[in-house]
Amino acid sequence: MSKLSKNRVSPSEITDEKVWNRRRQIIGAGGLAAGAGLLGGAAMIARALSDSPERQEKERNPVFRPVSSPGKLEPTPYRYITSYNNFYELGVGKRAPAENAHYLKTRPWTVTVSGECEKPGTLDIDELLRRFGQEERIYRFRCVEAWAMVVPWQGFSLAELLRHFQPTSRAKYVEFETLYDPQRMPGQKRRLIDWPYREGLRIDEAMHPLAFIATGLYGRELPGQNGAPLRLVVPWKYGFKSIKSIVSIRFTEQMPVTTWNELQPDEYGFYANVNPDVPHPRWSQRRHRVLGKGIFSEKEPTLPFNGYAEEVAHLYDGMDLRKYF
Amino acid sequence: MNFTSARLYKPLIFALCLLPLAQLAWGLFSGALQPNPVEALLHGTGDWALRLLLVTLAVTPLKRLTGWRRPMLWRRMLGLFSFFYAALHFTIWLVLDRELLWSEILVDLTKRPYIVVGFSAFLILCALAATSNAWSMRRLGQGWKRLHRLAYLAALLGVLHYWWLVKADVREPLIYLGVFLVLMVLRLPART
Repeated sequence: MSKLSKNRVSPSEITDEKVWNRRRQIIGAGGLAAGAGLLGGAAMIARALSDSPERQEKERNPVFRPVSSPGKLEPTPYRYITSYNNFYELGVGKRAPAENAHYLKTRPWTVTVSGECEKPGTLDIDELLRRFGQEERIYRFRCVEAWAMVVPWQGFSLAELLRHFQPTSRAKYVEFETLYDPQRMPGQKRRLIDWPYREGLRIDEAMHPLAFIATGLYGRELPGQNGAPLRLVVPWKYGFKSIKSIVSIRFTEQMPVTTWNELQPDEYGFYANVNPDVPHPRWSQRRHRVLGKGIFSEKEPTLPFNGYAEEVAHLYDGMDLRKYF
Repeated sequence: MNFTSARLYKPLIFALCLLPLAQLAWGLFSGALQPNPVEALLHGTGDWALRLLLVTLAVTPLKRLTGWRRPMLWRRMLGLFSFFYAALHFTIWLVLDRELLWSEILVDLTKRPYIVVGFSAFLILCALAATSNAWSMRRLGQGWKRLHRLAYLAALLGVLHYWWLVKADVREPLIYLGVFLVLMVLRLPART
C-alpha cells in the first residue's frame, strides 16, 4: 500500500463497508440533496468548491449516466473483489495478487501522456486526483473466463483526462501501458507475458462517457491487486481490456498491439466486446458465474456488451462482431 | 498392535484418500472456497483425481527401485479413489458448471479439445473402476492386464486436459507432465 501523505485518507476515515452500503440513507437522513443519486453528496460539495477548469466543466455538463442499468446493481462484497484477481504482475492464481499487493508501492507514481496530441506531458498521480476529482460509477465487470461481479468504482471519466492533452486528428487509437518494475511487481520476474502489459482502445471507445479511470473502490483507495493507483475500466468489454496500474497513455495512428491478443490471437481480440454469441474457442460465453454466490446458485445469462448495448452498440455499426472479436 | 499387519494400513490409506474430500467440504461450508466455490471444487477434485492416478502408476517403479511391495496391496484402492474424485469432478462440471444444459454439454464434449481428452480419460477410468475386482480378472484373463495398461493413457489425457485449459500459466500442468514422464521412463526395461 502507498505511504500515507497529507492528502491520503487515513484508515480511521475509511468507511466501513456496511456503513458505505447504507450511505444514501445516511446522507438523505442528513438532509443533503436526495438528488445526489450516484454522486455522493460530499463529492458534489467538494467539486463545487474546487476551481479547476475540469471541475467547472463537469458542473456545467453533468456526467453521463448509463441508461440501461437493469434495476439496482447489487455490488459484490469488497472482500471478494479484492481477493479474486487476475494480475500476473503480482503472481499467478486468483489469491496471489492480494498476497503480494504490499510490494506495489504507488508513490511516487506518474502517468505520461504522449503521441498524437497537442499537449503531451507527465502528471503525478496526486495531481491527477486533485485535478479530475472523484465520482462513483457502479459497473458490471465480466471476465473472459466467464465470471462476473459488480464493482462500485470511484474515479473520473477517461474522456476528461484525454481531452486535457488535446489529441489531434491523427489520434485514431489510445494505447495504455502498465508499470514494468519487477521489484514492485514480483510476478514480472517470470516471463509469463511480454512485459509490460499493454492494452488499447479505438479513440471513439476511449472518448465514450462509459470509459472510466478508476482510482478507488468502495470509497477506499484502489488496492494493489485491483490495479493501484489507477486503472482503466471499460465495462462493455472483457475484463482483460481494463488495464491496471497505468504509467503510460499514448495516442496512436495505428492500432496498438495488445498483450492477450499477441499471446493468443485466435482467442483474444482487440475489441473483446462482451458477446454471448461469440464463444471463446475453448468455452462458451453465453453464461457467467457471479462471484460470491452459493454452489447451487444459477449462472447468469451474458448480455451483449455486458448489458451496455444501448450506450455502446452504435460504435460498432456495420462491423462483423464475429470477425472483430 | 502389529505394525507389519497389512490390515492396519488399508484403513489408514482409505482415510488419507478421504482427506482431500474433507478439506474441500470444510472449505465449502466455512466459505473459504469463496468467491468462486464451483471453480475451487472443480480444481480440487481434478487435482486429486490426477495425483492419485499418478500414485497408482508409481507403485511398480517404487517396487523396482526399492523392493517395497506393500503399495501393491493398496493400488486398487488408490485407483478407485482416483476414479471417485474424477467422477465427482465430472458430476460437478455437468451439474453445477454446465447446469445440465445438454445442447451446450454436447458441444463441449465433442468440439472442445481439452474437454474431449478429459472426458476420454474419465471413460477409461470408468472401465478400469468397473473391472477392479477379482471376478473381472478371472473373466478377462490376459485381457485384464492389457485393459488396465490404459491407466497410462488416462494419466496422459488428464495432463493434457489440465494443460489445455490453462490460459497462460502452464507451470503446474508441466510439473504433472514431468512426473508422468519420469514414471514412464522408470518402467522401461533395465539395461543389462
